[in-house]
Amino acid sequence: VKKPKLAVWKFASCDGCQLSLLDCEDELLQLAGEIEIAYFLEARRATVKGPYDLSIVEGSVTTAHDAERIRKVRETSRRLVTIGACATGGGIQALKNFADVEEFTAAVYASPEYISTLETSTPISAHVPVDFELNGCPINKRQLLEVITAFLHGRRPNISSTSVCVECKRRGTVCVMVAHGTPCLGPVTHAGCGAICPAYNRGCYGCFGPMETPNTKSLTRQLRVLGMGDRGIDRVFRTFNVEPFEKVREDG
Amino acid sequence: MARKTIRTDYLARVEGEGAMRVEIEDGSVTDVKLNIYEPPRFFEAFLRGRDFTEAPDITARICGICPVAYQMSAVRAMERACGVEVGGQLRALRRLLYCGEWLESHALHVFMLHAPDFLGYESAIEMARDHPELVANALELKKTGNEVMTVIGGREVHPINLRVGGWYRAPRKRELAPLVEKLERARELALAAVRLTAGLDFPDYDRDYELVALAQPGEYPIDLGRIVSTGGLDVDVSEYDDHFVEEHVPWSNALHSHLRDRGSYLCGPLARFALAADLLSPVAREAAQEAGLEPTERNPFRSIVVRCVELVYAADEALRLIADYEEPDAPALGVEPRPGIGWGCTEAPRGILYHRYEIDGEGTILDAKIVPPTSQNQLAIEEDLRGVVERSLELPDEELRLLCEQTIRNYDPCISCATHFLTLEVERR
Repeated sequence: VKKPKLAVWKFASCDGCQLSLLDCEDELLQLAGEIEIAYFLEARRATVKGPYDLSIVEGSVTTAHDAERIRKVRETSRRLVTIGACATGGGIQALKNFADVEEFTAAVYASPEYISTLETSTPISAHVPVDFELNGCPINKRQLLEVITAFLHGRRPNISSTSVCVECKRRGTVCVMVAHGTPCLGPVTHAGCGAICPAYNRGCYGCFGPMETPNTKSLTRQLRVLGMGDRGIDRVFRTFNVEPFEKVREDG
Repeated sequence: MARKTIRTDYLARVEGEGAMRVEIEDGSVTDVKLNIYEPPRFFEAFLRGRDFTEAPDITARICGICPVAYQMSAVRAMERACGVEVGGQLRALRRLLYCGEWLESHALHVFMLHAPDFLGYESAIEMARDHPELVANALELKKTGNEVMTVIGGREVHPINLRVGGWYRAPRKRELAPLVEKLERARELALAAVRLTAGLDFPDYDRDYELVALAQPGEYPIDLGRIVSTGGLDVDVSEYDDHFVEEHVPWSNALHSHLRDRGSYLCGPLARFALAADLLSPVAREAAQEAGLEPTERNPFRSIVVRCVELVYAADEALRLIADYEEPDAPALGVEPRPGIGWGCTEAPRGILYHRYEIDGEGTILDAKIVPPTSQNQLAIEEDLRGVVERSLELPDEELRLLCEQTIRNYDPCISCATHFLTLEVERR
């Protein structure tokens, strides 16, 4: 039997989401037995030519070269799944979409003329059709395994699209906003992390991006009640999922 | 006149994206360039205008392999700017979290990325077919590092618990207890790894590097200290910019660093070991002696052995910290912003990571500078490539290419940090 071929691609990102695959210490060797890891530069030197049954893409598009490269990846991939906030929403580097790129470059590099970059950081779906988007900064490795398994068996991944609030309830964590007055993005943030932050007495800071139909207006009103000003509210929405949150934000 | 071109388009088993080009003309190396073409992400620019408390979480996203290092350098810099010293158990927990990252990152590099070079495999996955136990043990070691990070930090990639002033929540003693047995086992696995790597064949190559690491009395350097070198440098972190210079070269999206008026230097495991081997735990020190490491090891290929010694130390030190742990009264100290500058430097698995921030009285970041270890080591990597190729010109092209890649991997380069992708190109004329 011919094993399905998996490819892992990297665009502008921190490597953390593809590292999550190597962090599946208990499953990695079994996975490598059932599928052919055909292209995964972080892990192996040998590469197998496409087409690939499943391509996993990390990172956002920030250069003209990468905008071309993702089209080639799509052409050679039967299914394409994006992993993480960069690939799915443009990532924290999408903050440059709201700034002057020339000034940005000059702030970091002494000789900005050597740097080639686009004006924007865009998600993969802005360039090619995407079969599934997995949220998270970083993604949850259990969800990654579910996505790989599902696609290799030709079914939709079983990934909940509720909020972090639901995960807190499931975990039995006392609401940090109600009990301690800690500002928390849990009510509007996509589930998936397992509600880690509230379990550590911290408000959710939105790593997994907005849930489906979030009520940002109501949450913003509550954040104000808890003493946050405009600047603080802007900042908390403008981090690792700046573009996706900007699209759904309503002032409260 | 001999003219030849050897090239590899993508260097694999490194963290990030880069290219390398070696030009050889008439039997001598005329040019070496490590081209880091990982797209720039402009962290230092968008940190401006953010709150000082956001720096640890934002800078963690520079690198998914060593996010703890970014968080640690950031919190230290901000605490220094605000005149707060985090000590006692709050600091001990930081060192413990850092031990978790060292275990995870070193285990990943030693076995998954570097060992296949020495044992003749293209990957650890292929290596697992002939050496299933070796790879299984490596994964177990790596997993223990990840578990330390998950218990203390909340998760392994981009932990959530560290904050300026301390932690969001200090773990209970009973939460740490289950780690003990795993760390004891990790220490055994690491000791076996030292013995195994000590017996590998190493290319005959050494260089008189200036080695740079942190130094703190009585402790192997991890989370704080002065910056010292084998060349006699001994300065406070606040003096970093007086001695280290960053330069932007046309072939790289990472900035090159050098020591003012001195040139390249090397940070990371070789440097820490040379400058602080006597501060390792007795078990780690003994393992290093048995492995036959020189007091100042200058063969970069033997860095794999030093990393394994540090794996032993990280497990041992984590066990010590857990044994001594007392739950603190409060998880964090209050930190009020004040206008000023703060510096932070800590030992990422691959070397010193420097942060400098200027903040205003409201805590808004006015300026940020971050110098990751890979850009500090980039000049030394290029010089090593030149040195290694010059000694090995007689090798067939394919072998030479592999040797060049192995040379680069000696440094566990994290190009995500330095910006990210390596293509290797060897040109002979």
